[in-house]
Amino acid sequence: MAEPILSVRGLQTWFHQDEGIVRAVDGASFDLEPGRTLGIVGESGCGKSVTARSILRIVERPGRVEGGQILLRRADGRVTDLARLDGQGREMRAIRGGEIGYVFQEPMSSLSSFHTIGNQLIEAIRLHAALGKRAARERGVELLSLVGIPRPAQRIDSYSFELSGGLRQRVMIALALAAEPRILIADEPTTALDVTTQAQILDLIRRLQDERDLAVILITHDMGVIAEMTDDVVVMYLGRDVERGPVDAIFHEPKHPYTRSLLRSIPSVLATPRSRLRTVEGSIPHPYNRPAGCPFHPRCPDAMPGLCERSLPGAVALGERREASCFLHEKPASGATAPVPTLLEPRA
Amino acid sequence: MSTVLDAAPAPVTTVAEEKVAVATQLQLTWWRFRKHKVAVASGVIVAFFYLVALLADFLATIGPHATDAARSYIPPQEIHWFDEDGSFRPHVFALKGKRDPRTFRLVYAPDPEDKRYLVLFGQGYAYEFLGLFPTSRHLVGLDRGNPEEALFLLGTDQLGRDFWSRLVLATRTSLVIGLAGVALSLFLGVLLGGISGLYGGWIDTVIQRLIEILRSIPTIPLWMGLAAALPASWSVLQIYLAITVIISLIGWTELARVVRGRFLSLREEDFVTAAELAGASRMRIIFRHMVPSFLSHIIAAVSLALPAMIISETTLSFLGLGLRPPAISWGVLLQDAQNIQALGIAPWLLLAAVPVIVVILAFNFLGDGLRDAADPYG
Amino acid sequence: MSAAVPVRPTAVAPTILEVENLKKWFPIRRGLLRRVVGQVRAVDDVSFTIRRGETLSLVGESGCGKTTTSRCILRALTPTSGAIRFRTEAGRQVDVAVLPKTELRPLRRQMQMIFQDPFSSLNPRMTITDIIAEPLLVNGVRDLEERRRRVRELLDLVQLPAAYMNRFPHAFSGGQRQRIGIARALALNPALVVADEPVSALDVSVQAQILNLLLDLQDRLGLSYLFVAHDLSVVKHVSDRVAVMYVGKIVELAPTAAIFARPLHPYSEALLSAVPVPDPRRRRQRIVLKGEVADPSNPPPGCHFHPRCPYAIDRCRGEEPALRQLANGHLARCHRAEELSLGGVQEGGETRAPKVRAAAH
Repeated sequence: MAEPILSVRGLQTWFHQDEGIVRAVDGASFDLEPGRTLGIVGESGCGKSVTARSILRIVERPGRVEGGQILLRRADGRVTDLARLDGQGREMRAIRGGEIGYVFQEPMSSLSSFHTIGNQLIEAIRLHAALGKRAARERGVELLSLVGIPRPAQRIDSYSFELSGGLRQRVMIALALAAEPRILIADEPTTALDVTTQAQILDLIRRLQDERDLAVILITHDMGVIAEMTDDVVVMYLGRDVERGPVDAIFHEPKHPYTRSLLRSIPSVLATPRSRLRTVEGSIPHPYNRPAGCPFHPRCPDAMPGLCERSLPGAVALGERREASCFLHEKPASGATAPVPTLLEPRA
Repeated sequence: MSTVLDAAPAPVTTVAEEKVAVATQLQLTWWRFRKHKVAVASGVIVAFFYLVALLADFLATIGPHATDAARSYIPPQEIHWFDEDGSFRPHVFALKGKRDPRTFRLVYAPDPEDKRYLVLFGQGYAYEFLGLFPTSRHLVGLDRGNPEEALFLLGTDQLGRDFWSRLVLATRTSLVIGLAGVALSLFLGVLLGGISGLYGGWIDTVIQRLIEILRSIPTIPLWMGLAAALPASWSVLQIYLAITVIISLIGWTELARVVRGRFLSLREEDFVTAAELAGASRMRIIFRHMVPSFLSHIIAAVSLALPAMIISETTLSFLGLGLRPPAISWGVLLQDAQNIQALGIAPWLLLAAVPVIVVILAFNFLGDGLRDAADPYG
Repeated sequence: MSAAVPVRPTAVAPTILEVENLKKWFPIRRGLLRRVVGQVRAVDDVSFTIRRGETLSLVGESGCGKTTTSRCILRALTPTSGAIRFRTEAGRQVDVAVLPKTELRPLRRQMQMIFQDPFSSLNPRMTITDIIAEPLLVNGVRDLEERRRRVRELLDLVQLPAAYMNRFPHAFSGGQRQRIGIARALALNPALVVADEPVSALDVSVQAQILNLLLDLQDRLGLSYLFVAHDLSVVKHVSDRVAVMYVGKIVELAPTAAIFARPLHPYSEALLSAVPVPDPRRRRQRIVLKGEVADPSNPPPGCHFHPRCPYAIDRCRGEEPALRQLANGHLARCHRAEELSLGGVQEGGETRAPKVRAAAH
């Protein structure tokens, strides 16, 4: 089993607002292996987007990475903790784009309307490579062609508003890959798109991953996309990861009550027409009203009174690369959880 | 697991949560507004100024039109707060005229032998308090003698008129013209903006083009033209009203645009469509659904339009095109200070600019605060 | 899972809504004088029927005209041409498209709408009691107590506690707001409810609650639904029949099971193929269409879908196909419908692979 290229341990990102502290991410841990796709799935308020932005240290104020480690194995083998770097510093800027590319959710608003896509591409290319303008432009055309934009030599001078949603998202992907990163983070890349366009974009991401041996983190709320695209899955709820594992295990042997409830309640094209769905009781709590103990306990069909509302379950290893944070799986006698071996040790 | 719909259990809510849940939009706006310290402070300042305007005569000390060439350009009098023995007894020294031996001009200077103590609710010139009853009590007076002999808190102008009293009365005039102007603008703006936004089509086009034409005319020359057209024979009051109308003729356009924009966007809101589909009448939709939605924006726009009105009047009067003596407003006072001689000899006359600046700033902060409270995402 | 579903009366129930050749075109205006230079053919000759108690879903991607169609049916928009025949409680048939405004108001009681966005569909300045009672108030229920009683009844129907009656919308979550919207829609006991993407803006776990609620209410109250959606998985759960729209036209109309298992139009096949299935063991080779969704102001000649269609022939470029009945209750707008053998999704079993595979753009 290869060593992970990115390892997140106990990430905490908090927002200090007037009304209180919102713990958008409060203990997320997962590994990303080279050449594989990791899916981060959850509903609103689970912190998946904030997690992705924390990795790249682009969390908007008043949010801040408060704790945890974000261990990146660099091209030369050494390991850097991104959480410790200066968010505006040189090294972090080199990593952004240079080692980790990011595709945003809304292609409509993530591209500048005042610059041609060529301008934006060339800027991204030249930030990480010492190329002259002409050479950078050629590279830009290559990139556009790579992501499947027809007539790239002409399109490179278009403005973003002249392109459809699908084409814009392709440009976003080209931008993310401009500096040849080894990791691609795609934050809900297809949520704003039609389903046939979504199929095109997901297909593109998969093809690019194969061609360039990218490690991909795919963030989505759509379990179907997770099933289609990912190798490993992290399920998040209210800022914590509640279950981790290979995609097949997550879908066919879910260990955490939230994962189970979620899987049972999603509508599917495979269902009998007009069949009822099994629902998850209640609704997602407001971030200011986090339940005490296990955050899922008010809605959990398997909640154990006296335990779940008082203590926070830790991550329990359930096999290779398999974890769930639930008292159902914890050995009650020891109380403490078996720590998951860190595959990546930070070196000085 | 049952397939019957899982009922949402009645959650235990705290008293505070319940209070927020049943809070109207108005209450929520007020709570948000309260958090802006600067806006709240500005609100207090504005309220204070309007209080001054209301009690103008009471706060004045000497009749604002009482001229005396001999008392021309007296500097602000020094108030001595403590007696020689250290007790807190504010007093001033009466002015005594002495002929300067070289210029033979009568020069007034404080006479250290003639001490007059300041008293609250002292006697002064006669006036009608709030237009209700005649009195001659003012906030500050002297223990003996006439205020005209000794109490020139901010000095006098070229004609020997007490500047403090004139300033206080000017506050009233300027603030009231501002209000009247805004009221008129509001009426025109809401009416025309509403029609424009609600009905659309050609009537909207006509009104919009009209607004654009009005806004593209340079304001000062326009005012100059209109003000110059006012017959000189008109009374002070008539001119007063005419100036108000002139200023409002331009001011309504801004409000109209805000109102139209809100109506246009509200027309498309789902809850308006829902009301239409339920069978609600046009009137009900306008007054129950749309107007409350933009009321807070109107209030914010009004509080930002007021300073514009005040500045307009001050500018016009300063240029000699608006109110003219014997009317008193900030602009009129500033006009008195318009010459080098005045600046050299009597720089205190420029103090008239201070309330203008303070009030304008206060209104701006207040308006910003109101706008942010009403629509934090707008 | 085959839950015990009540017997569907759909096959023999009377028709409650009959839409015939509905068109809604929006003029494109340019220049200072606002001359009309073109038309956006948002809805371009749409016909379908809905029987009492059944759910018909309109499915399609952006620009297909499903939302415009739904608004025309309620006369929130005035159709350019065509007929919308609605059978009233009294048994009369009225054409909503041409009804004068005065007669429209009483008719509105019988057709109501559930909106997509739970945040903009409720007036933030009214309590939920006022919101739900408004249809009653404007339709003559003057007595306050009577209205409050009915509001309590409706809140119970949508499973919200009566204790919340005096709260304002900002105190509720998205799912709860949708329930309030549903309660409002049901206040006047309508026969037809148009649901415009009612669960698209909700979290997955809440979607299930609302979908179940809609199904339960349909069974209890005998409602007919016109369900507008872009999500085929949601559509599978609520529909009796499905109409697939593309650029203003219906390209296929069939009972749910039939259209999902064996679609007859290449676009339907591509749509079904594109929907991600929540089961990693069911990964399949998907049809990836080339190009983008056609522009309704300038659709391609002939069959609007032909530039993207993997099965297009010359005839498709020149001649627009008609919506034809091909099997019992199954209509498709395709010249080659009889000869193509298209792939769909089977419940729980094997996925029927598409016979002709398209190149990945």
